[in-house]
Amino acid sequence: MIAAAIWFLAHNTLENMRVRGIQSGFGFLTQPAGFDIGESAFAFDSGDAYWKAFLVGLSNTLRAALVGIVLTTILGTLIGIGRLSRNVLVRGLCTGYVELFRNIPVLIQLLMWYFVLNEWLPPVADALHPLPGVFLSKSGMSFPVPEWEQGHVVSLAGFAMGIVVAWLYRRWARAAFEKTGVARPMVWPALLIAVLGGLLGWLAGGAPTALEMPVRNDLNVSGGGAVTPEFLAVTLGLTIYTASFVAEIVRSGIQSVPWGQTEAAGALGLSRAQALKLVLLPQALRVIIPPLTNQYLNLTKNSSLAVAVGYPDLVSISNTTLNQTGRAVECITILMAVYLTLSLVTAALMNWYNARSAIKER
Amino acid sequence: MRRSTFQVIAASSLALAAGMFAASAHAGKTLDAVKQRDQLICGVNTGLAGFSAADSQGNWVGLDVDICKAIAAAVLGDAKKVKWVPLNAQQRFTALQSGEVDILSRNTTFTLTRDASLGLFITAVTYYDGQGFIVPKKSKITSAKQLKNAEICVQSGTTTEKNLTDYFKSINVKMKPVVFEGFEASVKAFFAGRCQAYTTDASGLASIRNKEAPKPDDYLILPELISKEPLGPMVRRGDDEWFTIVKWAIYALLEAEEYGLTQANVDQMKSSTEPPIQRILGTTEDTGKLLGLDKEWAYREIKAVGNYGEIFDRNVGPQSALKLPRGLNNLWNKGGIQYAPPIR
Repeated sequence: MIAAAIWFLAHNTLENMRVRGIQSGFGFLTQPAGFDIGESAFAFDSGDAYWKAFLVGLSNTLRAALVGIVLTTILGTLIGIGRLSRNVLVRGLCTGYVELFRNIPVLIQLLMWYFVLNEWLPPVADALHPLPGVFLSKSGMSFPVPEWEQGHVVSLAGFAMGIVVAWLYRRWARAAFEKTGVARPMVWPALLIAVLGGLLGWLAGGAPTALEMPVRNDLNVSGGGAVTPEFLAVTLGLTIYTASFVAEIVRSGIQSVPWGQTEAAGALGLSRAQALKLVLLPQALRVIIPPLTNQYLNLTKNSSLAVAVGYPDLVSISNTTLNQTGRAVECITILMAVYLTLSLVTAALMNWYNARSAIKER
Repeated sequence: MRRSTFQVIAASSLALAAGMFAASAHAGKTLDAVKQRDQLICGVNTGLAGFSAADSQGNWVGLDVDICKAIAAAVLGDAKKVKWVPLNAQQRFTALQSGEVDILSRNTTFTLTRDASLGLFITAVTYYDGQGFIVPKKSKITSAKQLKNAEICVQSGTTTEKNLTDYFKSINVKMKPVVFEGFEASVKAFFAGRCQAYTTDASGLASIRNKEAPKPDDYLILPELISKEPLGPMVRRGDDEWFTIVKWAIYALLEAEEYGLTQANVDQMKSSTEPPIQRILGTTEDTGKLLGLDKEWAYREIKAVGNYGEIFDRNVGPQSALKLPRGLNNLWNKGGIQYAPPIR
């Protein structure tokens, strides 16, 4: 029945559009876009096709969403733990943060951050210059980036090797723990091994240090790496907003583990850190992960508001395309399909992680 | 998780369905529908001073607004019988296609793509415009060619983005567009100093400099016009009768100016013996019958909003805050290119 309804709607729409002489179809995707895009992860020229413009939009959306998800997780966890702090000031500040930011609509927060950044930063002609090679102005932040050389390939290879060794170490440490009961630290040594691998690779590659420095010219700053104020506003706004929800999830997750568990861990002679790592967190995570997934999905979907502050995300590109080609139904369909796919992929990944951390019934 | 996936699907199909029902709304005779409703539904800009903006009492005023008032006066006999639907750049064509508005009078540029692929018809040009740039005076920029590597603020969903790219490609200069969805956000970002220049149609530049700039004198509109932007109302395809009415309602305003008919003298002119004036005012021939209207259709337009020149002067010309020169929009016999086919 649902299929019939969808068929009816689609057929009806196409028929109506045909009757009125509105052209339809996805053929426009291969035609040249004819407009420039302000920031892009890869080279884009106005002569490139519309589908490539959509890809640029998608990459910008993903960039904002991924950075947002990582930062949100860190900030949210810190605030969530802060809400359970024994220190009144920390607890009060964290509670205030949550109540303030989760109760203001996210679009308004995005606009606020954007205008705050724009008013507060100096114009590009007198850009702040806090460190050599770093410029901060209304046109964004420019910073030096390493120039690409052969040696960097070796560094990357070394880092990859380090990760493999770190993984092997963790496997060995876990096996040793199961066998002898000696708990060895798992996180720090693994990180150290990976970083050391990268460092060795960098040295082996001839220790390339050349940096591409941003330079000031007549109208603005060019060269080096750069993030725009639009990107800053979007990531900042989304992170701060979503972190207030994540904080609540983390707090409720930790509180869901009965106090008796902490006492029991203490009675067994575990240190506070060990109790947190071995007893509290594994149980809290089971409560935290499903609602956390929802927040990740929300953040990704909310990133579609980025167009309001001039960030060229997928929605922005789609709007421009829609206006130039008049293919409203097609553009909205593409948008819906992309966001649906993004959400389903995120959900699938998080479900996999959830299954891993769930209680193993044997 | 299964639940939220389902919700996403449900929500998206609902949105799709809403779009489709909108697209399959009525497509009957627009004139009959307007008369039966006793109201003209007119799609206008959400706020562009001089063209369509709500004043302090909440009345819509502007050149685009007056065109709709004139049509309402011609068709319904009362310029006040209009319902205003403010539309943004992305909504406008869909609103007209779906029948939500009878006419789209929203500073819309006529282009081949729009005329041939949207299921819409271009009627007549009410304002000849061109795209330009505005810069802060202290940047010392006096020509668009100096905008090398500049960041340029622009509103999305317009022909403006494409013109911008084309122009800088043709003079082989690199620039970076910063694209905003909303008009307010784009203008605000420019005046906060986010971009070194802002681009839109020249009339729009005058409008924002006058209305939005903290100090209008600190900003300079560059001399280059980089595109042709003929603006005017659009109607749906497939209703030739309505198309003809809208077109001639606009021509009548131009004809009125050409023959010296004004809001003030139109009553006296009814006794004129000049044949063209008699035809326009319907005192001899009944031109209205051919359009499906009565014979005083053009008289009521002029009585309600004045001739084209009066509309121009009042909204964007010398009597307005914008003080735009008449330029291309002058009549053909006064150095401009506004030329209406004769009413006869």
